[in-house]
Amino acid sequence: MYSEKVMDHFQNPRNMGEIENASGVGTVGNAKCGDIMRIFLDIDEGGVIREAKFKTFGCGAAVATSSMATELVRGKTVQEALQVTNKAVMEALDGLPPVKVHCSLLAEEAIHAALWDYAEKHGIAIEGLEKPKNDIHEGEEEGGEEG
Amino acid sequence: MIYLDNAATTKTAPEVVEAMLPYFTECYGNPSAIYSLGSAGKKAISEARRTIAGAIGAKQEEIYFTAGGTEADNWALKAVAESCSARGRHIITTKIEHHAVLHTCRYLEKNGYQVTYLDVDEYGLVDLDVLRAAIRPDTILISVMFANNEIGTVEPVREIGKLSRERGILFHTDAVQAFGQIPIDVEEMNIDLLSASAHKLNGPKGAGMLYVRSGVKIRSFIHGGAQERSRRAGTENVPGIVGFAAAVRRALRIMEEKTAKEKALRDYLIGQIETQIPYCRLNGHREKRLPGNVNVSFQFIEGESLLIMLDMKGICASSGSACTSGSLDPSHVLLAIGLRHEEAHGSLRMTLSEENTKEEMDIVVEQLKQIVNRLRDMSPLYEDFLKSQKG
Repeated sequence: MYSEKVMDHFQNPRNMGEIENASGVGTVGNAKCGDIMRIFLDIDEGGVIREAKFKTFGCGAAVATSSMATELVRGKTVQEALQVTNKAVMEALDGLPPVKVHCSLLAEEAIHAALWDYAEKHGIAIEGLEKPKNDIHEGEEEGGEEG
Repeated sequence: MIYLDNAATTKTAPEVVEAMLPYFTECYGNPSAIYSLGSAGKKAISEARRTIAGAIGAKQEEIYFTAGGTEADNWALKAVAESCSARGRHIITTKIEHHAVLHTCRYLEKNGYQVTYLDVDEYGLVDLDVLRAAIRPDTILISVMFANNEIGTVEPVREIGKLSRERGILFHTDAVQAFGQIPIDVEEMNIDLLSASAHKLNGPKGAGMLYVRSGVKIRSFIHGGAQERSRRAGTENVPGIVGFAAAVRRALRIMEEKTAKEKALRDYLIGQIETQIPYCRLNGHREKRLPGNVNVSFQFIEGESLLIMLDMKGICASSGSACTSGSLDPSHVLLAIGLRHEEAHGSLRMTLSEENTKEEMDIVVEQLKQIVNRLRDMSPLYEDFLKSQKG
């Protein structure tokens, strides 16, 4: 069901872990749907992403897209990282099954959430970056209301 | 390979395959034919019917062969609904039924029937008082599964049968997981209709049956020839039916030994997981469960990842995670017994057979320990949990 690339990134995830005192941290998804991604970014003074790490609760595709997304943004500027779309993540993984496309959207969203956190912490505005919607806490509240 | 998905399907037993083969190669005649090549098949079907009827204390004319459990469930519900519609249009079932029953009920709801889906307790058991309270003057059918396919909980079928009989309501049970695993007697248990499938008891896929008590009026399900007393037309799946009967004979012969062995392995596996892996819970009832069923939720991790990693170590199992069902929602059974979504996503079902060994269970526990650790290291939920413990 998964491509070899997906299986490789699932079995040998790149950049798995945390960054202490990260420049920006973004968490998206919710436990209700079974996917939560957290991305940590270490960004230098010139706005270049030195390091990207992730932690993910989710299926094989969720882990693989997190891994690939962190690979794709490393060494890029904040502006360049914004251009890393879910399509780019999917293509880099040689595709995903249709039911798993939402995992790549989550990965894109997680990067955006981490960049948003970075921008807020540093009091800067990143052109073209909108406040991420898919926040874990919103998800939890929804779950709480229904439960 | 360690195969722990016997609730999904089982290996066809060699003696079953052997019994079936002549009906492909030699006795291939149509059972409806007059010549002797056909009558061999006809005779085999009749013997198979007797064997299977005998296994549940039924009469042979009460057994109708189908293409499997799903068809039998569809038939039972739709046929009773149709033939009893003058008396009432209310059906009672549970929230933890197989989709073969649940989706048939949804279909009936769209066609003018009302369905009550009973809650179950934290173990997945139907409460008789809750059932009693749900009965209405227009209730025509109660359908409660014999044993649950995910968590293995065995329902109080005898008590439900007694209550149904007292109230004059027909009682159907989906016994796909129970038939051939635990003793069933339709007379003692007051069962009016029962669905079963061959491939869950080391028989072939594509063969099943519906038991319908004599006197219960049901309409034909498939129209055509006179097969199955015109109720289910179409040339019979002779090899499948013969294989089904061979599987039933085998299941009855080994049931006692198989049950004892599986129960011992099951309880050993559950015990080892509970003592060696923290933050897990057993789903279902500890005693009132199928001999081979183990269902555990591991906190902070997701089931599909777990299954892929187990597969890489040669272990076949299943999960109630949404990702394994192709939808966003995890198992309706696990939600019905009160699990939170993330706990349901992190569930693992291992269903044993008599061929599994203690050594295999030790390997599984060892692999599980490593895989669960690895996935927890990766999990933001576990990170948050650890931080909250420190704080």
